[in-house]
Amino acid sequence: MSIEISEVNRNTKLLIDGVPFAVEDVNFVKPGKGRAIYRIRMRNLFDGVAKEITYHSGDRVEEVSIVAHDMQYLYEEGDHLVFMDTESYEQHSVSKDLLGNKAQFLKESMVVSTIMMGSRVIGVDLPKFVELRVVESAVSTRTDTVTAQMKAVRLETGATVNVPTFVKEGDTLKIDTRTGTYVERVTKK
Amino acid sequence: MSRSETLRLKQIKANLERRALVLDSIRAFFKKEGFLEVETPLLVPQAAPEQFIAPFTVNGWFLSTSPEMHMKRLLAAGYGNVFQITHCFRKGERGQLHNPEFTMLEWYRVDAGYLQITDDTERLVLAVAGDLGLGTTIRYQGEDIELARPWPRTTVSNAFQKSADWDPALHLDPERFDLDLVDKVMPGFSKNRPTVLLDYPAANASMARLKLGDRRVAERAEVFIAGLELANAYTELTDAAELEKRFREVMEETGDSEGHRPMPRRFLKAMADMPACGGIALGVDRLVMLLCDAASIDKVVAFPREMA
Repeated sequence: MSIEISEVNRNTKLLIDGVPFAVEDVNFVKPGKGRAIYRIRMRNLFDGVAKEITYHSGDRVEEVSIVAHDMQYLYEEGDHLVFMDTESYEQHSVSKDLLGNKAQFLKESMVVSTIMMGSRVIGVDLPKFVELRVVESAVSTRTDTVTAQMKAVRLETGATVNVPTFVKEGDTLKIDTRTGTYVERVTKK
Repeated sequence: MSRSETLRLKQIKANLERRALVLDSIRAFFKKEGFLEVETPLLVPQAAPEQFIAPFTVNGWFLSTSPEMHMKRLLAAGYGNVFQITHCFRKGERGQLHNPEFTMLEWYRVDAGYLQITDDTERLVLAVAGDLGLGTTIRYQGEDIELARPWPRTTVSNAFQKSADWDPALHLDPERFDLDLVDKVMPGFSKNRPTVLLDYPAANASMARLKLGDRRVAERAEVFIAGLELANAYTELTDAAELEKRFREVMEETGDSEGHRPMPRRFLKAMADMPACGGIALGVDRLVMLLCDAASIDKVVAFPREMA
């Protein structure tokens, strides 16, 4: 949506050449009788780089709505993952690349937090911790990091993690999705 | 009352007490000079046509952006020297030095020009600082500022040639003018002395008379102290035809049709009886900021926009 530069504040998100920016500071300068000058400091939401752009009174900019939505993971489709908005039930197809390594911890019907720019998903955050079942308890990995205390196991989502040797097939493990590491064995129900 | 509001108002109480003394001192100065204090309406049928000053509208009327036109109608009626402390409203102006509603001191001296008005300004600021017990030197944001007269003066041409390598009087680039003024010229002013910038390009004359002997510039002066633009003075243009022509140019540039932002007819008619005079508008909030060593207008106004 196009808005007047005078309406921009610290909560505004702007779209410039297709890239979303979060406004961090607005510096208003106006020489008497002269044109107002707006120095807008903003951060690129894709690469995190900050920059400053100078605007004048009357200039218009493109405001973009950036909001968080909870979505449920449905299924994998080629190199895409399909999610469903838990409020509107709309389905969204998201490139696997957007999730990076975290994709390996996605389990059907898991609820994730997504960042939406308009109707496009630009970010997916998994819960910090997920609980996943061990499907194969003795996996040999290429890097062979098995030590006296640790071994590699395969989880139900296909991910491989290093775990203590006492972990057995069928156990449910708590995994930290930020680091991709084992936290603890969850008591069996 | 919320705790944060109570805390904030307690923190700025000393500034607001000093603000009250500043207002007393301003009134005492002008009364001693023989000026009449006047009041003019805030709710007005026409706002002065200015290219970059936007009025708020209220049921087809406007909140006053400046008391200028009404004060000049009093001058035309023979009131002599007049002054006023009033609120002005300018849409969209908000920042560290701006609040959309602010306090303006405006005065007019008959048979005077912009240089005498600058002289008045020097004496006024010194008188107010003296009444507050500050003497001739004030401390603002870590710098000592010497207020003793006369304040250094420079022309727009000289200041721009020195700091921005061009002369706006020869060929004005309006877009570059405002940016260079803020980015190059103002930072070149002394940190320890006020600066008076004289003789603005004719295109930026607003309601100032063009200079006798050099029609490329207008008899307009701006006073800067510590990077704050404090006041704007004119030798007043009294030629109704020239004023109407300038207003029309502004209306064309801003796309205001006559019905939308009407031509101030009563004001133009009064110009027939307008005496030669000089006038000035001085930002009271900024003067208080300087005298309270406050970096933001929010420290000298009880209820700025977001807290109103």
